[in-house]
Amino acid sequence: MNDLATTSLIATYSAMGVYTFAFVLFTVDLAGRSASEEQSKPTRWLRSAMALTWLGWVIHLGATVMRGIAAHRVPWANMFEFGLTATLALVGVFLGISVFRDVRFVGSFITGFAILALGIVATNFYVAVTPLPPALQDYWLVIHVFVAVLGTGFFATGAALSAAQLFQSARESGRLTTRNWRFLSAFPKAEALESLSYRLTVIGFVFWTFTVIAGAIWAEHAWGRYWGWDTKEVWSFIIWVLFAGYIHARATRGWRGNPAAVLNLIGFTAVIFNFTIVNLFFKGLHVYSGL
Amino acid sequence: MASRQPSKGYQPKDLDESRQWFDEGNAPVKNRLAEPILGPKLGPFEFLRWTWRLLTSMRTAIILLVLVAVAAIPGSIVPQRLADPNGVATIRDSNPDLYKFYESVQLFDVFTSVWFSAIYLLLFISLIGCILPRVRHHWNVLRAAPADAPKTWTRLDVREVVPVTGSTDAALDRAAALLRKSRYRVVRKGDSIKAEFGYLRETGNLVFHIALVGILATLGFASGFNWYGQRALVEGQAFTNQLSSYDTFNPGRWFDERQLDPYAVSLSSFVPKYVKDPVKDVWMPIDFTADVVVTEGGNQRAETLKVNDPVHIGDSKMYLLGNGFAPVITVRNPAGDVVFSQPVPFISQDANLTSVGVVKVPDGLAEQVGMQGFFYPSAVELDSGALSSNNPEPTKPTVTFNIYKGDLGLDDGTNGNVFQLPIDQLTQIAGRHTGVDVVLEPGDTFTLPEGLGTVEFTSLSRYIGVEIRHDATQFGVGLSAAFLVAGLLASLATRRRRMWVRVTAKGLEWGAQSRGDDPGLEAAVGRILAKFTLTGSGDKVSTT
Repeated sequence: MNDLATTSLIATYSAMGVYTFAFVLFTVDLAGRSASEEQSKPTRWLRSAMALTWLGWVIHLGATVMRGIAAHRVPWANMFEFGLTATLALVGVFLGISVFRDVRFVGSFITGFAILALGIVATNFYVAVTPLPPALQDYWLVIHVFVAVLGTGFFATGAALSAAQLFQSARESGRLTTRNWRFLSAFPKAEALESLSYRLTVIGFVFWTFTVIAGAIWAEHAWGRYWGWDTKEVWSFIIWVLFAGYIHARATRGWRGNPAAVLNLIGFTAVIFNFTIVNLFFKGLHVYSGL
Repeated sequence: MASRQPSKGYQPKDLDESRQWFDEGNAPVKNRLAEPILGPKLGPFEFLRWTWRLLTSMRTAIILLVLVAVAAIPGSIVPQRLADPNGVATIRDSNPDLYKFYESVQLFDVFTSVWFSAIYLLLFISLIGCILPRVRHHWNVLRAAPADAPKTWTRLDVREVVPVTGSTDAALDRAAALLRKSRYRVVRKGDSIKAEFGYLRETGNLVFHIALVGILATLGFASGFNWYGQRALVEGQAFTNQLSSYDTFNPGRWFDERQLDPYAVSLSSFVPKYVKDPVKDVWMPIDFTADVVVTEGGNQRAETLKVNDPVHIGDSKMYLLGNGFAPVITVRNPAGDVVFSQPVPFISQDANLTSVGVVKVPDGLAEQVGMQGFFYPSAVELDSGALSSNNPEPTKPTVTFNIYKGDLGLDDGTNGNVFQLPIDQLTQIAGRHTGVDVVLEPGDTFTLPEGLGTVEFTSLSRYIGVEIRHDATQFGVGLSAAFLVAGLLASLATRRRRMWVRVTAKGLEWGAQSRGDDPGLEAAVGRILAKFTLTGSGDKVSTT
């Protein structure tokens, strides 16, 4: 059982290694684009980067599944496991979209983010497989955390596109014209980036709505009340409200475009804050980091 | 139709029509966008109207949403009275000035504070002001025929011409039938068809927002009927559901004692299971199971109470929220008569269940006696000589006491805090720093100084901390949440599309328009046209 958990951790590091190569190739590809005005065809760097990302993801998936088998439960019951599964969802969302749409230009962001997140959770938050405390022994663990993981994956991809949109829009309005920024010409127009980002973020919003409702139902089972303004509940609420603001901003004159994108990034910052700072430093009932 | 400016009174002034609404095909987009929100002159009526428009504008809604998010942040930093009463007490004891400041700006009750309430009430007024006109408008739209085609078809997102062989009338019939089959609302008028699809988008949107109001209204009206209370229940003890049985009780605004259903619950046994975390070398619980017997309406039934698995009794639920040890303490007077004998629930302080508790003996001895107790399920002596527990299971249960005499402060009728002794007003007669340590294992007896009597650690029981709660808001909030999700999904999954078909010299001309981003419009039209040509006699699609 522990051997499997160890193998899972080795696979996690292997996935990080493969993602690192993919990240380098994605970046080389972007650098290559900034060197030449030519922007049409995907280079072989880009194709190799995508292939490596797929490979890394399969290893990552293996690591996550092995962790679940080793623990005899879903692999998302503490911070390390949540990080492992959430990055799997993030890269999975990226790869899934890339089947339908060419979003490879955010590849370096996605792989870079995945390496960073995996590195942090694997080195700082790693805990051995332990049995679940009574409060976590509920089928809502499967649902509540899984939709949270999915929502986080979509929010992250949407945020990546919003960030790209901000740069692109600056470039379109005549700034960022130096050679270093020429790689942006490989990106779609700001409006296309915004539209795609919006669609992904809205899916994330739906998943987050489910997360909050499933969490409320579970809280009623475990703690006797469906909502008690526990620190984690407060932050889930803040995140939900911020993304509701983003969705409204996109339908409002004068807020569409950059202001909406900034709001989206603020929302995603709150997601990251909720997962890191709130888990580690805030007092509350969600003390499941396992640390 | 196109000659008149359609009324937009039902929507916020700054809703981005060019994105969200069908292009009505009249006034130039630029001019409409340039229309100022604030008029030039403001009489009292105009000012009210301006305020109302400002409040119900999209911009205000966004700002209020961001404000609600920001205002919630202190609720996660400052301990909240509802979620973390101990945190509030800690600040009160350690930093009275800070406590006073927090208290003055309601930072311990952020979510019921005046300022937080003001923001969300404004937000909901804005929301209601926004959706009411839209509900009326949508209600009319739902009963109206699809919109007329614009005068100039060049503005349409998709245009296709399909040559028709044979009767155009039959072809139009076929087109209308196809559109109906694709769940469009269709009106055939002479040589043209107008069709519309996706009313569910706005319906879902409105349902979502009304459901939000539903949640707030339920919380506002039903929460007054809520009540909840806590009770420590020792093995073998029975609890009857009446106010005096609760250790703490929190009634809602409109609570009436008759709301408490008559029932009794007794705890047969409580069994916790622990395993040792091999890496961190600490014990951790993996299961808490309480077997209880519920007596309700003359019937008895056995139930299992677990974390995540409350017991339903009457219109309330009993939740397992805590547990601990309750040493049975017996106090006798010098003559050997029992003056106090009962299990005393101790509150656990750590993973190995080192616990603290208080015994108060107000009557029966020459003086009132209070005892501050420390309980160790598996006592071990540290190098310093102090005791500690190394296992949550009772392998070597030990109680130590600091014993005081004096006025316990119970005579004014109030019970005081059962977990606190007013030690400042008492005289210590035994325990730490007195030279007479009181360390008892089950069966041990300690003889009190000054001939006051004896104290015995008679036996050991476990207790569970239960919360019994009646939540009148659950049904309304649950139903609203279900509508909220349904509305959200319906709204996001639906595209609002309009199609028109007219007869031209080259055949049937199809035009389509969508609201908002709709990259799938062309494909959707293509699918209908493919079916149209398939059922036709060799018609061919050509794009204008």
